Amino acid sequence: MSIRERMSGNEAIATAMRQINPDVFAMFPITPSTEIPQYFAQYVADGKVDTEFVCVESEHSSLSTCLGAEAAGARAITATSSAGLSYMNEVLYVAASLRLPVVLAVACRALTGPININHDYSDSMAERDSGFIQIYGENNQEVYDNYLMAHRIAEHKDVRLPLMICEDGFITSHAIENIELEEDDKVKAFVGEYHPENYLLKKENPLAVGPYGVTSYYMEARVAQAQAMKNAKKVILEVAEDFKNTFGRSYGFFEEYRMEDAELAMVIMGSSAGTAKTCVDAMRAEGKKVGLIKVRVFRPFPGPEIAKALAGCKAVAVMDKSEGFSACGGPLFAEVSGACINLDNRPKMIDIVFGLGGRDFTVESARSVYDRLETIAQTGDVGEVYTHMGQRE
Amino acid sequence: MSENSNSSMQNAADSSLSSMVEVRWHGRGGQGAKTASQLLADAAFMSGKYVQSFPEYGPERSGAPITAYNRISDERCPIHSNIYDPDYVVVVDETLLESVDVASGLKEGGALIVNTSKSPDDIRKEVPSYKGRVCTIDARRISLDCLGAYFPNTPMLAAVVAVSGIIDKETFMKDMEGSYRHKFVKKPQVVEGNLKCLRVSMDEVKG
Repeated sequence: MSIRERMSGNEAIATAMRQINPDVFAMFPITPSTEIPQYFAQYVADGKVDTEFVCVESEHSSLSTCLGAEAAGARAITATSSAGLSYMNEVLYVAASLRLPVVLAVACRALTGPININHDYSDSMAERDSGFIQIYGENNQEVYDNYLMAHRIAEHKDVRLPLMICEDGFITSHAIENIELEEDDKVKAFVGEYHPENYLLKKENPLAVGPYGVTSYYMEARVAQAQAMKNAKKVILEVAEDFKNTFGRSYGFFEEYRMEDAELAMVIMGSSAGTAKTCVDAMRAEGKKVGLIKVRVFRPFPGPEIAKALAGCKAVAVMDKSEGFSACGGPLFAEVSGACINLDNRPKMIDIVFGLGGRDFTVESARSVYDRLETIAQTGDVGEVYTHMGQRE
Repeated sequence: MSENSNSSMQNAADSSLSSMVEVRWHGRGGQGAKTASQLLADAAFMSGKYVQSFPEYGPERSGAPITAYNRISDERCPIHSNIYDPDYVVVVDETLLESVDVASGLKEGGALIVNTSKSPDDIRKEVPSYKGRVCTIDARRISLDCLGAYFPNTPMLAAVVAVSGIIDKETFMKDMEGSYRHKFVKKPQVVEGNLKCLRVSMDEVKG
């Protein structure tokens, strides 16, 4: 039986971590950290886990510690946010290329400057090319569920890639909402133990980890890594299927909300998708054919699947909650528009950058997006493709 | 997904679930408005509701005006924006009436609940823009009488429960007793004072 509870996204992730009881949690415990290690430290103190909890002097070191532990064959995790994720940057690439399946919880927040602690995807989007799998959640329930699936995806022998579980900073991380938790023994049974095939300290077959890759080897390693990311797509769906059969909640690469006959669609991520769903319901009640796609898995990016889902639409707005400074649209727009390039009848498509640094996105904000799409669909004139929303003039 | 409640949101044109109650808390950093919003969420959760409790974070410093929010509903609420048109506004520190437009967007059919020793009529003069119900509670005196120290959260929680009717009073008292006995398992002597504080506050809220 699920357990009816209420808690923040941070506590939900910490609860999943406690239930999984990993071998090592390496942690930089100071701002911009989250409450996740604070909760976990309490579990350690209370004897609820037997994890080796290592406090280090920086995020660069916390992820490096995880690498060491993973290379030695242990299951290792950490958590961070904002500038802390940026400070991990170098080691993120190392984790991915060493094929070490560290699971990293990220409360997604803005990057400086101006200095800001609130939510957007500046931090996680900046790491989209790091080789980490990235899975985003709309609310505390989804980030908890995503976390329960994380280790099985990352550690799968066809994948062996590190993985970020992304929650919206403050909006999910600090808001208390209802949640259905699963029982400890069922979670443990679902996630399973970690038994890597090969690792640094394996007596029978000791492994070199992190050697120099000369030109005649480097590209092969990178292609193998790219293949692993492709393989992750199949594994993500397999694990989701087992999750549904075990716990009853179903997940895919993305959620299609009232998309069956939708002509106007929004592509959006995280908590704002929930707000937009309320707008979709209201506009559907008026007879308008609107829908939305909520992207859950951003790496690997489900391009062909999203293109198929959008193929019947007349106009699409891609909602970017980070500014990539490309001068022609944010990172989600680059992916979604690129994915649709070979459709025979492409929808008209615009990019809207919104919600930076915690700027609020309301049901009315979503309404204004659909109104704009309606005009585009009627006139066939896409207007300015790349705009910002919600800022003062 | 986990919240397949499409049908319940058909009437969402006014951006709120039909059964949903929205509360905005105004306090100063360090006074516990965020904690109060969490306590209300806890109480509503215990009575079987879906809850949201979230603070609005700005520069965090002691004494600065802060805002916290609650949504309480019979179905899971998918909206994750701030609250601009609350049903109830709770002011934990009455000095905020001078500097913050506490009644902004407050629905006429709702109520403004202020921690003060003044009467509702006096407060109405200080917030002339609001034409709805104004309630007052002397949380300082009640807290000092019942708890021996100034903890405004407990009286304010009781006041908002009494005024809003979000939770049945008897259910609320029973749940809170269970909660206090759990929370203060090592300090059972403080349970009675807290329960008395809740009872007195529900009786004494004016307006």
